Amino acid sequence: MRESIIMKIHYGTALAAVALVAVHVLMRLTQSFAESLEYENVIANYQFLPYAGMLEIILILLSVHGFNGLRVILLELKQGRVYEKAVSYGCVAAMIGLIAYGSRTIIMVNMGIV
Amino acid sequence: MTQVPSIAEEQLSTSLSSSKSVTLRIARFNPEHENERKFMEFTIPYEKWTTVLEAILEVKKHFDHSVAVRYSCRQATCGSCGMIINGKPRLACFTKISELDSDIVTVEPMNNFPIIRDLAVRFERLFDTHHKIKPYLIRDDSEITSNEKEFLQSPEELEQYIQFSNCIKCGLCNSACPTMATDSSFVGPQALAQAYRYVADSRDKGKDSRLKVIDDSHGIWRCHFAGSCSQVCPKGVDPAMGIQFLRGYLLGFRS
Amino acid sequence: MTQQDENKEGIGGMINPRRYGIERVAYLLMRLSGLGLLAYFIGHIYETSSILKGEVGWNEFLELTQTNEGHAVLAIVIAMCVFHTVNGIRVMLGHGGVGVGKPARPDYPYTPASQNARHKIGIYSAIVLAAIAMMYGLAVMFGE
Repeated sequence: MRESIIMKIHYGTALAAVALVAVHVLMRLTQSFAESLEYENVIANYQFLPYAGMLEIILILLSVHGFNGLRVILLELKQGRVYEKAVSYGCVAAMIGLIAYGSRTIIMVNMGIV
Repeated sequence: MTQVPSIAEEQLSTSLSSSKSVTLRIARFNPEHENERKFMEFTIPYEKWTTVLEAILEVKKHFDHSVAVRYSCRQATCGSCGMIINGKPRLACFTKISELDSDIVTVEPMNNFPIIRDLAVRFERLFDTHHKIKPYLIRDDSEITSNEKEFLQSPEELEQYIQFSNCIKCGLCNSACPTMATDSSFVGPQALAQAYRYVADSRDKGKDSRLKVIDDSHGIWRCHFAGSCSQVCPKGVDPAMGIQFLRGYLLGFRS
Repeated sequence: MTQQDENKEGIGGMINPRRYGIERVAYLLMRLSGLGLLAYFIGHIYETSSILKGEVGWNEFLELTQTNEGHAVLAIVIAMCVFHTVNGIRVMLGHGGVGVGKPARPDYPYTPASQNARHKIGIYSAIVLAAIAMMYGLAVMFGE
């Protein structure tokens, strides 16, 4: 993939994540902070489908943005064909792993498998 | 028969004399024979107008002629005498000792350039990357074959790139760039600013081929707009501005 | 060619924020906050997965984070998040050529137009907003 496309995705995920993370944080403030983290309330959040969908989107956006940012930093630190390939594939693998792990939580709680 | 003074006498007679003096610390390093950099200190008299290059040449004349330094025009035109002066990349001929406001002036070779010896560094990579971005007008016709005698350009069109054509390839921008500090594959601010210089030229038709060159994993996207390149440019080129405009073409903000 | 042969400044030169003004400080903070937020994000995903262990598992993990140290870390995360967001928007606008000045014939002493007050204000705003958000976060977390 061309670097310009990757970086457009980087900027796009950043902007979208800002909006959605703001909603996610504001949800903590609709009640007292400690109350919002109580088990029943958190479960209720996850089982509310639009909110669970939003969490899934945030998970994808931040994973893509975060691991691409890490890839950029690592590519600038050291150069070499093998190293650069390892960094690129490593970051993609870590991104997929994190999305899979986070999605598992969201899907299982949303479906009531707790 | 008039007697011609010997070189030694002539050099003595041109020695700087002033009530003020500065300690000039010069980095000495020969990568072929030494493993690490050493500093030699010289006490040099200076006037309000004395430049760092003049002080270094004073050392070469009167103390140690083996100090390696590259210089030519002495008027910030040739771009030869770039070095780290008191921690920042500057042109030695364009930096007055009095402006540094310090009793100690430390001169080192430019960062991010391989050292030949002492203050002289290799420019091969800078010239390679400069060449890579095709620093010439690209179009099918020429001023000779075209019906018009020359390619016309309005003053407004000229303003779009004239600032960036002031580049003297001194390498200070590449030395100050935080990405260049670790990324030896990065195209660098000098080449990127020159890419913009030609892309912004209304006579040029090579935009796409240049954008293709810089749209790489070590191309324009490794610039993070820290702006250090623009702060050290001795000719006011402002590479950071050119790079952001150039990126605008890739992001679709410019056409 | 080794780093010494190339005479590269290395990581020390890259992260040195002292020589080139507030822009270079912003560059460093952007990287640090980015790495910090990624680390927090991974931790957050792992932390929230404890809900799969039921109420006991969730409360156990929550106890670990509901400490003074946990709140302090969260306050730093809030600051990093706000700085990264505000400065990120500034950098993105800059990358698109917004607010970087117009090309013009340079006059001595060659003050670079791209390093203008608008961007400096943007950086200072990002720092101030991050500090305010951190204070607010601390007030919310310790105020209860």
